[in-house]
Amino acid sequence: MRRALAGCLALSVAAPPLGVFLVLRRMSLMSDVLQHGVLPGIAVGAAVGGLSVWAMGTGGVVAGLVVALLAGWFARRTGMGEDSQLAGLYLVALAAGVALISAQRGVDLTHLLFGSVLAVDNTALLAMAGAATLTLPVLAVIWRPLVLESLDPGFPGGPLGGASSGGLWHGCFLALVVLCVVSGFEALGTLMSVGLMMLPAIAARHWCGSLAGQVSAAVALAIAASVVGLLISFNVEIPAGPAIVLTAGGFWVVSLLAGPREGLLRTRGG
Amino acid sequence: MLYRNHGYQAATPSTLPRRRSRIAAHPGRHGPRDGVARRDLGFVVTQASFPVASIRLEHVTLRRGGRDVVRDLTGTFAPGSLTAVAGPNGAGKSTLLQALCGLLPVASGRIERGGLDGRAIALLPQEGRLDRSFPITCRDVVALGWTARLGLFRRIGREQYAVADRALTSVGLDGLGQRPIGALSAGQFQRVLFARTIVRDAPVILLDEPFSAIDAATEADLMAIVRMWHRQGRTVVAVLHDLDLIRAEFPNALILGTDAHGWGATDDVLTAPAIRHARLSASVPPLAAARSVADAPLAAPVEEAA
Repeated sequence: MRRALAGCLALSVAAPPLGVFLVLRRMSLMSDVLQHGVLPGIAVGAAVGGLSVWAMGTGGVVAGLVVALLAGWFARRTGMGEDSQLAGLYLVALAAGVALISAQRGVDLTHLLFGSVLAVDNTALLAMAGAATLTLPVLAVIWRPLVLESLDPGFPGGPLGGASSGGLWHGCFLALVVLCVVSGFEALGTLMSVGLMMLPAIAARHWCGSLAGQVSAAVALAIAASVVGLLISFNVEIPAGPAIVLTAGGFWVVSLLAGPREGLLRTRGG
Repeated sequence: MLYRNHGYQAATPSTLPRRRSRIAAHPGRHGPRDGVARRDLGFVVTQASFPVASIRLEHVTLRRGGRDVVRDLTGTFAPGSLTAVAGPNGAGKSTLLQALCGLLPVASGRIERGGLDGRAIALLPQEGRLDRSFPITCRDVVALGWTARLGLFRRIGREQYAVADRALTSVGLDGLGQRPIGALSAGQFQRVLFARTIVRDAPVILLDEPFSAIDAATEADLMAIVRMWHRQGRTVVAVLHDLDLIRAEFPNALILGTDAHGWGATDDVLTAPAIRHARLSASVPPLAAARSVADAPLAAPVEEAA
């Protein structure tokens, strides 16, 4: 329980800033695709390397990156209907993942999909903390290119110039998202780990107008959701993933209703 | 040598023509309307002389979405020239600007930039290309103009922000620096983009429909800035729809059609038949277009066409 809490707090610091960028770039669906996309990789990792965190984690990261590249490639090649391509991709990935996992004996599908506090051992905690430690400095480095590219994709800046550099930063960013999704799966479950990334980010939009403010608000909400969610999970005996995500979802509903920016109760008639 | 200091290097500066300030060349031409230009606009540049290469296009064809939008375009943007690009919707005006600054590869032919790289060519994008809902202040957007010169990771410090603030003042947005861009009117946002371009301080400036969706007062203010850039010797290319404005302010013009282009001095290029032809040829195959040109009424609504 303590390990799970420490791990979730680490992720609460690292994941929500990524979520804020995903929301701002209108790529919320992409996070769903990635979390489903890592599932087959985790299954293959478990089949090849056993139930160790590293084997499943590596498989998950590789699969997530493949899915991210595929999604980007589809978007470029077809030039239209990006979200429908993504929907197709994640349905296939989810089905493949569940099929692969069910084919193996000794793997608890529920734990893998929805997480379990007890599954968080020292290795899993190390993975979560490591992912968070890596994410924050990398995000700090690519912050300005990301802002520039989100704001104005046609602004050639820096020595790389041109359109090619935009893809590079975008790729770095998606790799971080994959990393955070995968590192959280032991505690939160593959289907829920994005919740800690997205829900606080969506809720934060209602609290603060500036980018830095949204990131801070999202981190604060994620930390609160982790603590409250884990306590509920521990005492009521429901999986940690849904408990944390439901708590974060509760914060989101409150923000949506009562938040100072575009809160439904504050702005009447529009 | 401004661009050497910032790492810009024209191919062989010593052999290139040095553009002198154009103030002497057009005395009084824009005098009474230069309200904005009189507000200390030259602060970013240290000299009004740009040893810059020309941009030559040789049989350039540009493709977008599997369709040739610009076909076989040949010509030169001379250093320090001020050129308006006109043409019907879909004639490839924005596509051409993107190719000029290297965002879009050419399908065939070549663009010779004489050593100017992406950093030396500033593109002011069409209004809808930017995400206006992104939570960022005017001041930060303008300061981000520095990244083209400083690189993506060099610190944008107090000095750079001071320049950004002055640029905001010079476009008439004094005191609005902290306002998020989502809270601006279309005209104010266009002023912010002009301020960012001032901060970028590039020798070549490409403006994609800078005056669409803004009122007359804003257009007059921003046009003064375009004139200032021209006087400083920068190469300026602007996509425009207002033919009267092009005739009054732009010495050179490029009319894009799908099968024929007109490029040269504005008075030579912007003739009534050329306008009608460009308008018709974008959507009609060449043969039919030729026939319609003959049939077309003389008083074609040219403003709509461009």
